[in-house]
Amino acid sequence: MKLITAVIKPFKLDEVKTALKGAGVQGMTVTEVQGFGRQSGHTEVYRGAEYTVEFVPKIKIELLVDDGDAEGIVDALAAAARTEKIGDGKVWITDVGAVQRIRTGEKGPEAI
Amino acid sequence: MDFALDSGNTAWMLMSTALVLFMTPGLAFFYGGMVRGKNVLAMLMQNIFAMGLLAVLWAVIVFSLAFGDAGDAGFIGNLDFAFLKDVGIGGTSSEFLSFLTIPFVLFCAYQMTFAIITPALITGATADRLKFAGYATFIAVWLVLVYGPVAHMVFGGGWLADMGALDFAGGAVVHINAGAAALAVILVIGKRKGYPDEPMPPHNLPFTVLGTGILWFGWAGFNAGSALAADGIAAQALMNTILAPSAAMLGWLLVEKLKNGHATTLGAASGAVAGMVAITPCAGFVGGMAPIYIGFGAGAVCYLALGLKAKFGFDDSLDVIAVHLVGGLFGSIVLGLFADPAINAVVTNPGVFITGGGTELIKDQVVASGVTLVYAFVVSFIIAKVIQATIGLRADDEQQDVGLDLSLHAETAYSN
Repeated sequence: MKLITAVIKPFKLDEVKTALKGAGVQGMTVTEVQGFGRQSGHTEVYRGAEYTVEFVPKIKIELLVDDGDAEGIVDALAAAARTEKIGDGKVWITDVGAVQRIRTGEKGPEAI
Repeated sequence: MDFALDSGNTAWMLMSTALVLFMTPGLAFFYGGMVRGKNVLAMLMQNIFAMGLLAVLWAVIVFSLAFGDAGDAGFIGNLDFAFLKDVGIGGTSSEFLSFLTIPFVLFCAYQMTFAIITPALITGATADRLKFAGYATFIAVWLVLVYGPVAHMVFGGGWLADMGALDFAGGAVVHINAGAAALAVILVIGKRKGYPDEPMPPHNLPFTVLGTGILWFGWAGFNAGSALAADGIAAQALMNTILAPSAAMLGWLLVEKLKNGHATTLGAASGAVAGMVAITPCAGFVGGMAPIYIGFGAGAVCYLALGLKAKFGFDDSLDVIAVHLVGGLFGSIVLGLFADPAINAVVTNPGVFITGGGTELIKDQVVASGVTLVYAFVVSFIIAKVIQATIGLRADDEQQDVGLDLSLHAETAYSN
């Protein structure tokens, strides 16, 4: 089993969700996060005073998938999230040791 | 005494009183949007609490200090109207106010709404760092020792009005007065913790724009109501209260765009308020294109005045000095250029740009503005110093770090 984690541009969330559903994903967890990468921050001006905003708002997506599905889902996610402009984010895959569905007690791939 | 109630005038003044009353919650949102999210309730509280405390104080004594007819063209009113004595539904025995055609209790209520918002204006300068008990004590003492006398000198038959200075709706009494007080208090309490190294951007500019709309709406009652009648002067004042803020918005945005590269929402709101401030002393004395010139100038001048705080190293959180002190001074003094007897017969010395005009009025305006500024600054400084040394006025560093909402009021505005 794999954990896919992606950090994407907030306005891309809907497209990514649709693409993931299309790829057969059954569930996902979404969190509003802030951070910086190569895009860095931006400048805001209030009454002539400039403020540098270092942390840019992003959306973090987490989903658990079967080993064999991981590669295809990551490709679908990346394709949906891509604008080809700086700040598109990252997606990565982590090995997962154990998973349990809380309601039924099912374990392993059955629980995904 | 003869009192003839005019129902048209009374109807308009009932309306105007409600309009001006609405300005204080409007101001709360104008300022509340500009502070950080952890201090927004403290800001709203300071403003809404001013309504509670100052209305009562006005009825008890300050109305009398401002409008008690001392009959000496002096410094402060007498105690004839303390505890609302003789403030009833008919006229008044006051010689100076014998021209009123509205119930005396309505005049008292209308002026009360001015007394509420004036100290509330100070809260923008002191934002994010006032202890609540110290604030409450300050505005109460300030209303008695500063607002009462200044309102008497200018509005209540005192010596500045007697000298010939003009102030239609409170350029000196409200804006120079509050602006000078704001400067005094921030010099006593010092800068916000972290200023200017930490960024402190506004947390909700939609609130600020909403507040601007409420202020502008209420300002119609503030300026056109100051005619104390439903007449042509009120109509002119209303027109001026629309045109000057509009032109000020343009002036502010033009300079902002040239200097910073963007025309901002906050700039549009701030420029409009600067125009409302500047037209306040002029509203019922000028006409034609004058409000546009006054407003445009005020927008540009107030924008440029934003730089004063960095230059002189004080922390005026929400630019009360630049908008209210500078805007109030600007409006009060340029009235000496545009005051027109054809608009209002009270103008006996026409402004410089008016046919038959001269520099007499501008001299009176400078004196009245200067006296108000110095008196308000000195007395406010002393009051703030005494409060700071006794019950405390500045919130400590930890309270500022946590946020005033939680540390002073045990509440938070937002769930995260």
